[in-house]
Amino acid sequence: MSDFIEARGISFSYAMEDDPNPIRVFEELDLKIKEGEMVAILGHNGSGKSTLAKHFNAILQPDEGQLLVNGMDTRDNNKLYEIRQDVGMVFQNPDNQIVATVVEEDVAFGLENIGVEPAEIRRRVDDALERVGISEYKAHAPHRLSGGQKQRVAIAGIIAMRPRCIVLDEPTAMLDPAGRREVMKTILDLNRNHGITIVLITHYMDEAAQCDRVVVMDSGNVLLDSNPKDVFSHVKMLKSVGLDVPQATEICYEINKAGYPMPTEVLSIKECADELQKLIERTYAAKRKAAKLSQKK
Amino acid sequence: MLKDITIGQYFPGQSFIHKMDPRMKIISTLLYIVMLFLAGNLMGICAGILLLILMYQLSGVPMNMVTKSLKPVIPVVIFTSVLNIFFVSGEVLLKFFFIEITREGINLAILMSFRILCLIAGSSLLTYTTSPIELTDAIERLLNPLKKLKVPVHELSMMMTIALRFIPTLIEETDKIINAQKARGADMESGGLMQRAKALVPILIPLFVSSFRRADELAMAMECRCYRGGDGRTRMKQLQYSHRDWIALTVMAGAIVVVLLLNV
Amino acid sequence: MAVIKTENLSHVYSEGTPFVKTAIENINIEIEEGQMVGVIGHTGSGKSTLIQHFNGLLQPTSGKIYIDGEDMWADKNKLRDIRFKVGLVFQYPEYQLFEETCYKDIAFGPKNMGLPDDEIDKRVREAAAFVNLSEEQLMKSPFELSGGQKRRVAIAGVLAMKPKVLILDEPTAGLDPKGRDRILGQIKEYHQEEKNTVLIVSHSMEDVAKFAQKVLVMNRSKVFLYDTVEAVFAHAKEISEIGLAVPQITQIFAELKKRGYDVNPDVYTIEAAKAELIRLLEEGGNISA
Repeated sequence: MSDFIEARGISFSYAMEDDPNPIRVFEELDLKIKEGEMVAILGHNGSGKSTLAKHFNAILQPDEGQLLVNGMDTRDNNKLYEIRQDVGMVFQNPDNQIVATVVEEDVAFGLENIGVEPAEIRRRVDDALERVGISEYKAHAPHRLSGGQKQRVAIAGIIAMRPRCIVLDEPTAMLDPAGRREVMKTILDLNRNHGITIVLITHYMDEAAQCDRVVVMDSGNVLLDSNPKDVFSHVKMLKSVGLDVPQATEICYEINKAGYPMPTEVLSIKECADELQKLIERTYAAKRKAAKLSQKK
Repeated sequence: MLKDITIGQYFPGQSFIHKMDPRMKIISTLLYIVMLFLAGNLMGICAGILLLILMYQLSGVPMNMVTKSLKPVIPVVIFTSVLNIFFVSGEVLLKFFFIEITREGINLAILMSFRILCLIAGSSLLTYTTSPIELTDAIERLLNPLKKLKVPVHELSMMMTIALRFIPTLIEETDKIINAQKARGADMESGGLMQRAKALVPILIPLFVSSFRRADELAMAMECRCYRGGDGRTRMKQLQYSHRDWIALTVMAGAIVVVLLLNV
Repeated sequence: MAVIKTENLSHVYSEGTPFVKTAIENINIEIEEGQMVGVIGHTGSGKSTLIQHFNGLLQPTSGKIYIDGEDMWADKNKLRDIRFKVGLVFQYPEYQLFEETCYKDIAFGPKNMGLPDDEIDKRVREAAAFVNLSEEQLMKSPFELSGGQKRRVAIAGVLAMKPKVLILDEPTAGLDPKGRDRILGQIKEYHQEEKNTVLIVSHSMEDVAKFAQKVLVMNRSKVFLYDTVEAVFAHAKEISEIGLAVPQITQIFAELKKRGYDVNPDVYTIEAAKAELIRLLEEGGNISA
C-alpha cells in the first residue's frame, strides 16, 4: 500500500487577536497514512488533532513543512478542489454541515459544485443514499431526522463525490449510543467493503479499538502510533495524557499490576474473558501442584 | 412543540397543479394577477372567481384553506371598500350631511374587494402547491437573465435556501434557550414593556452567538464540499416544461382574452 | 421524606392533533433526599420530558408531582418558588451563557431569586470554587473560555441558586475523557459537601456506575427499573435486551460466570472487578476444587 497522506515536518500556529505571540499547535510533525487504512486519532481537547485533520483537505495549510495528499501539495492553490474531492470531511455537529432543505438535494450539493452532469448526479446520489442506508428518507427535511441519520446524510454527501479518503472529526460526539453505532457501522462498511481510507478523530476508545491503527497525540506531538492492542496496553501513559482505555484492557492491566502475569494487549470482552480464564486455570494448576508436593512431603 | 411549525404553507399532493413546473406556476400566477387588474367590470371579476374555483378544485387543496388565507386581508378589504364607497363621486344614491354614497363608489368597492380577495387566494394557491425549495429554485432560474446585469441571483437563492434550512433549527434552539433561562428563574411573562424587552437579552445573545458559530461551521463544511459560488455549478434537478405547462399557459392567456372581451 | 414524588404522572404532546405523542406514562417514583441518581434511557424514552417536569417547565397532562411535599401545580403563584428548589442544567449548557463576565452570568440565577447583593456575591464565589474557576476567569467574558470551562461556568450558574435538587442532563456530552472525569468529580464533590439530591442523565453506564447510588432506567415512556446500582446491574440481561449497554466489565464477569467460575456477576467498576478477581485467584482452586 502506498502513502496517501504524508505530512513532512509540518508546523502550524494560530495567531490570537490580543496576543502578539502566536499559539503553536504543532511543530515538525511527521505522519503517513496509507491508502485503504482506517486510522483513529486520539488526544484530549487542544492536543492539535482537529487542526491536523483540517490540513488533510487543505482547509488549513502548514506554516512550514509539506503536506502531500495523493502526491499533491496542499499549498498548491490550483490543486485545492482536486484535493477536496479526494479527501472528504465530516464534522462533529450534524446540523451545521447540511446545506439543503431536502436530504437528496444536500447529498447532491458537492456534485453540483464540481459541475457533474445532472443524470450522473442522480445516479451517484441514489447510490450514496443506498450505501449509508437512508434511501427511504431521501425526500425528508433534514431537521426531522435523528442525529445518527443526519450524520449519515453528511457522509452520503461526501461519498457521492467518490473520495478516496474521508476524515471524520468527532462524528459521534453529539450522538446517542444508537446513533454512534449507526455511524460506526457505516464508516466500517466504507473502509472494509469499499476500500475508502478513513481517518477517525474520536474521544471514544471503543471506536478507536475498531480501527487498524491508532495515533495518540499530545500537545502537538505523536505520542503513540501503532495497532490498537499495542496502543491501549500503555494504560498508564494514556491516562497521564487524559485519555481512557477500554475496561477490558484496564482490568487486565490492573490484575497484571497486582502481581499476576498476564498479557495487557486485550481489547474485546471475549479476549479478556479468555485471558482471565487462562490466568485462573494457570493459578489453580499451580496451587494443585503445590498442594500435591506438600502432600508427598 | 415549536419545531412542528411548518415553513410556508405547502400542501403536498400529486395534482395537475402540483406537477406543473414551478416556473410556469409563477408565470401563471403573475398572468392571473394581470387578468384581475384588466377586469374592468363585475363580469370580468366573476370570470376570475370562476377560474380560481376551478384551479382550487384541480389542486385538491381544501376550500377552507382559502378562507384561512383570506382572513388576514379582511381589514384591508374593508378599508379600501370604505374609501371607495365614500370618496368616489358619481350618481348619488344616499346622502347624510356632507357624505355621499354613489353608485360608482359601490361598484368600485365591490370590484376592488373581489380583486384583492382573488389576488390573495390566487397567490396562496402557488404557495400551497409549491414547496419553498421548488419556489426558490424557480425564482433563481426565472431571474437568471439578470445575472448579466450583475444581479447576484445565485447568491440570493443560496441565502434563501440556507435560511429555509436553518429556520427550524433556530426555532428549536430558541425553545431550548428559553427553557434554560426559565430554569434559571428568568421571568418573561410579567413586567412592563421595558422589562420584557430586557428579559429578551438572555435569549437573543446566546441565539446570536450560536448562529454565528453555525454560520462559521457551515461555511467551512461548504468549502470542504468544493463550493465556490454559482459559476460552473450544475443542478441535479433539471426543470423542464411539459404539456401541462403549455396547457396552463394557454388557459391563462385565454382567460385574459375573455376578460378583455368582457370589458368591451 | 421523598424530595421528589410523582403520582401517575403522564405527559402527552400535541393532544387532539394528528401529531399526538405520549412522552411519559403513569410515572410513580419517589426520589429520596440526599441521593445521587443516574437516569438512563434511549433518546425518546421520556427521560428529558420527565426531568423537565421536575423543574416545572412542563405541566403534567395528568397526574401529580410533589416537590418537598408540596403539590407543584396546586397554586400557580407558588410555582416560581418551588421551581427554585430544583436546579436544572440542560444539555450543552454553555449555549445559554450571555453576560459580559462569567461572574455576572453565574449571578443571573441568584439575582432572579431576588437575593441581596452580598448573598449573591457569596454564592457566586462558592459556586465558582466548586467548579474550580479562578478569580481571573470569573472576570473574563464567558466567550473567551474553552468549551469545558464554559460548561463549568454554566453549571456554576445553577449551583449558585443552591437548589435542593440538582438535575444535570448529560453534563459530559461532547467532552474528552479528562473533561468528563473532571466535571463528574466536581459534581460528586458538591454532592458530598452539600448533601443535596443530584440527578444525572447519562448515556454512559460506566459513568453511572462510578457515581450513582440509585439508577432510574426509562424505556418507552415508562419506568423500566428504579433501584440501587447493584440491583439494576443485576438485570444486565434485561437492560441489554432494551438496547442499553451495561459496562464492559459487567459483561466480562457475566461471561466468566457463564464459563463456570464462581464470580459475583454484579460487578460494575474496575475497582470492584479487581477485588473480585483477586479473591477468586487467592481463594478458589484449592484441593477441594
